[in-house]
Amino acid sequence: MTFLPPDRMNAGLLIRYARRRFAPNRADIIALFLIAGGAVLVTQAARTMGQSLTGLNMAPVTLDPAKLPMYAALTTLRMFAALACSLVFTFVVATLAAKSKKAELVIIPALDILQSVPVLGFLTFTVTFFMGLFPGSEAGVECAAIFAIFTAQAWNMAFSFYQSLKTLPPDLDEAARQFGLTPWQRFWKLELPFATPALVWNTMMSMSGSWFFIVASEAITVGKTTVALPGIGAWLAVANDRGDGWAVLWAVLTMGVVIVLYDQLLFRPIVAWADKFRIEQTASQDPPRSWFYDLIQRMRLLPRLVQPVSVVLNRLPAPQAPNIRLPEIRNPHVARGLDWLWLGAVIVLALWGGWAVVTFVSHTLTVHDAVQVLGLGGLTLARVLILIVVASIIWVPIGVWIGLRPIWAERIQPVAQFFAAFPANVLFPAVVGVIVALHADPNIWLSPLMILGTQWYILFNVIAGAAAIPNDLKEAASMFKVRSWQWWRTVALPGIFPYYITGALTASGGSWNASIVAEVVNWRHQNIEAAGLGSYIADATAAGDYPKVALGIAVMSIFVILLNRTLWRPLYGFAARRLHL
Amino acid sequence: MSTTFAPPAEANLVEVRNVRHVYGKGGGGAGLLVLDDVDLTLRPNEIVGLLGRSGSGKSTLLRTISGLIRPTSGTVKVQDMPGDDTAHGVAMVFQSFALFPWLTVQQNVELGLEARGVLADERRTRSLAAIDLIGLDGFENAYPKELSGGMRQRVGLARALVVQPSILLMDEPFSALDVLTAETLRTDLLDLWVEGRMPIRSILMVTHNIEEAVLMCDRILVFSSNPGRVIAEIKVDLPQPRKRLDPAFRALVDDIYARMTARTGRETARDGAFPGLGLGMALPRISTNTLAGMIEALAASPNDGKAELPVLANELNLEADELLPIAETLQLMRFAEIEGRMIRLTPAGRRYAEADVDARKQLFAQQLLAYVPLAAHIRRVLDDRASRQAPASRFRDELEDFMSEDYAEETLDAVITWGRYAEVFAFHDDNDRFSLEDPG
Repeated sequence: MTFLPPDRMNAGLLIRYARRRFAPNRADIIALFLIAGGAVLVTQAARTMGQSLTGLNMAPVTLDPAKLPMYAALTTLRMFAALACSLVFTFVVATLAAKSKKAELVIIPALDILQSVPVLGFLTFTVTFFMGLFPGSEAGVECAAIFAIFTAQAWNMAFSFYQSLKTLPPDLDEAARQFGLTPWQRFWKLELPFATPALVWNTMMSMSGSWFFIVASEAITVGKTTVALPGIGAWLAVANDRGDGWAVLWAVLTMGVVIVLYDQLLFRPIVAWADKFRIEQTASQDPPRSWFYDLIQRMRLLPRLVQPVSVVLNRLPAPQAPNIRLPEIRNPHVARGLDWLWLGAVIVLALWGGWAVVTFVSHTLTVHDAVQVLGLGGLTLARVLILIVVASIIWVPIGVWIGLRPIWAERIQPVAQFFAAFPANVLFPAVVGVIVALHADPNIWLSPLMILGTQWYILFNVIAGAAAIPNDLKEAASMFKVRSWQWWRTVALPGIFPYYITGALTASGGSWNASIVAEVVNWRHQNIEAAGLGSYIADATAAGDYPKVALGIAVMSIFVILLNRTLWRPLYGFAARRLHL
Repeated sequence: MSTTFAPPAEANLVEVRNVRHVYGKGGGGAGLLVLDDVDLTLRPNEIVGLLGRSGSGKSTLLRTISGLIRPTSGTVKVQDMPGDDTAHGVAMVFQSFALFPWLTVQQNVELGLEARGVLADERRTRSLAAIDLIGLDGFENAYPKELSGGMRQRVGLARALVVQPSILLMDEPFSALDVLTAETLRTDLLDLWVEGRMPIRSILMVTHNIEEAVLMCDRILVFSSNPGRVIAEIKVDLPQPRKRLDPAFRALVDDIYARMTARTGRETARDGAFPGLGLGMALPRISTNTLAGMIEALAASPNDGKAELPVLANELNLEADELLPIAETLQLMRFAEIEGRMIRLTPAGRRYAEADVDARKQLFAQQLLAYVPLAAHIRRVLDDRASRQAPASRFRDELEDFMSEDYAEETLDAVITWGRYAEVFAFHDDNDRFSLEDPG
């Protein structure tokens, strides 16, 4: 999904979003098969290429606090490398989807599936693949880690950019065409600026989400191969393995510092700057502020240093983007024929993908396995739903209470967003220590870990929703003495609903992903496990059993997609049609 | 410069011949015909106004000339300014200004120059000159959101002028502005034009405001709607500056009013006011309160059941563009008849004016079912079904066979509002369904 900025949700965007997202269905299945087929292909390649991995020897991570800043820097570097890849991917793929109907037919459902698929499950495949690409060197593992983060970041960014391109203001589009902007100029003057606010917000969300994956992807065991890249994630893995609580604490602190740093020094300034790209023609009531941005604005030296560069850039003739345009087909019969041909090719490929998965999996697995995995999926589904309900019961009243008090909201909102960025899987082992000590049932008590990191999305969206309830509605309600349950039914719940759905949908998607690391946890060589699809995938990964991993991921993807289609989308549509203020 | 630039032969700047444009599914016969066989010639040194109601295709014609859309058939020839090196000789001013909110005034003005690859220094000189000309100096570094509507349209004008087009196209340039601002801007623009300080040779403007057209134009092409055709060409010989209170000015305005409401021979059928026939009739979204208000105003004392449309428009403070769809909806439902400039209540209209709330609803229901085919159709479908329910998407699809998606939406909205008021059927937004609820 695309994240809609909760502080200024745009009614039109939400409605278009809801309308658009009901549409692809058959296309989804096609894309699912395509992607699954591709994954199998990559794995097969990885298997043949991964032979030389045994000789790989890595410098081990040492638990020395003095090295922590360096590890933190390496980890952050990986995240930004992945972010750069995600941005390039976004610009290329989303632009292609927005400009070409044929590409759109494939790309959009594919993105939709990819963002629902549990990315952590793919680690198995990607790690082996990239290590095979660069045998014997660290580069392969680096690439695998960066690719893992990329897969956690790219989809919602691409979606957001695509939606912006599809909803360009018609008058600006006409002006750009009338004054004859080249595609290159059009991108910089119209498309990118218009897409910037939503893209910045989605980039922030992606960064928050990817902490979770870096912790999981810096230290990973696939079959007999264990890789540890110098970084916070590997540090945590080692610390957990040894049961070194102080080391975990150090890492948590460092991570907190890094998150605050890049939030204050990078994202806040960008958000403040991006405010000028909002399309409303009036100045915003409450523009986002950033002390660092103000600081840059006030600087004298830097602009002077930069100026010669921009002068030179301005003097360069505008680069002419290669104007690749296929000859327009005027004959409608020929055009339709080509459309069918394209569709046919896509369907054939998809069928091949589906067939490849089935043969790959059925090589070693039987129908019995499939039934078993479906049952485990049901268990995890029950966990996710119960956790969302529990988190909602806890956070909705609190969020509404905070949202109605602007002073509190202002203080707590950033804290909630910070917690959302914080990788909760860092804390899993410590919790496990408690579970082991108390001899509690892991099937129940491991579950809350799944929502530990994602519940904050519910909180900060509800806060934003409650803060956005118009004053006149609140005044009318108090004038007519609307209280208690009636107040919740008529004022609070409808007011926050669209925001709540955004938060709950994000939390739900995150929890599925988290189940892969939350249903099996290590602490001091102890391994406790809850029955579920997440632990199934995690165990298969550790055992290097590719067919099982593939089956697990396929089933989880189907569960996630079904849940989105049957629960979240209809609720989204309802929110967009009925409850928009 | 329009005076100094006279080329040897006064060639026509724009020639539009036999242009037809069809919107809607497939572009075949089923679509909505917006422009039907339109000819237009723009000569040097004139301001030509395209005057018509909304939906008369005048904006479509302007966009066709600007090259933004391609007509379904027919030819458009735009003459480039002789000796000019630029690729096209047109620039457009938009109704909504279409300024890029993230660019400053100067950057907005430079947009077209940058697109043509003009270098930074020259861009700066030329844009500052244009900003100066249009009275915006001092605002070069402001962002559009910091400006008032009038200032924004000045930026739009400067942006168009700076590329030195031979023809300036203006799409309802003043209609998003308040009355005072619009008047100032019109006057300023006319002054620049008369003094020949703008680097353009002719202006083609779209408007629905009759007075604005008479005030500014040398020639006015009046468009009929449904489909858009040129029904009259009027030369305005009044000397500039023109005065609104001048009797000749008023006479001209009244004359154009009559032409805009007049039916040509073929369109005597009363339903002809709206595009399309029968089920495929595109209806305007007009509230039942407005309809009731108009009937009451017509029935009230000075009018006594009949009035001249321009007078009525004045009395109700409505523009022709706003008044006519209301009048024509009344005519469609046989609450009133329009003849030339006169509108007259029918007996049904008089009964409506005198009735109480419930009787009004009954009467409205009767007229609605009798004369609005879509309403009758929906009612019939609901009556036929055992469930007494039908999805709205079904009717939307039917409408889209005849017209574009937007028109279909507006038409369905109109019928929903009227049907709800008349209590002939209910509509549920939750599940997007019509139903036949017993209102009792």
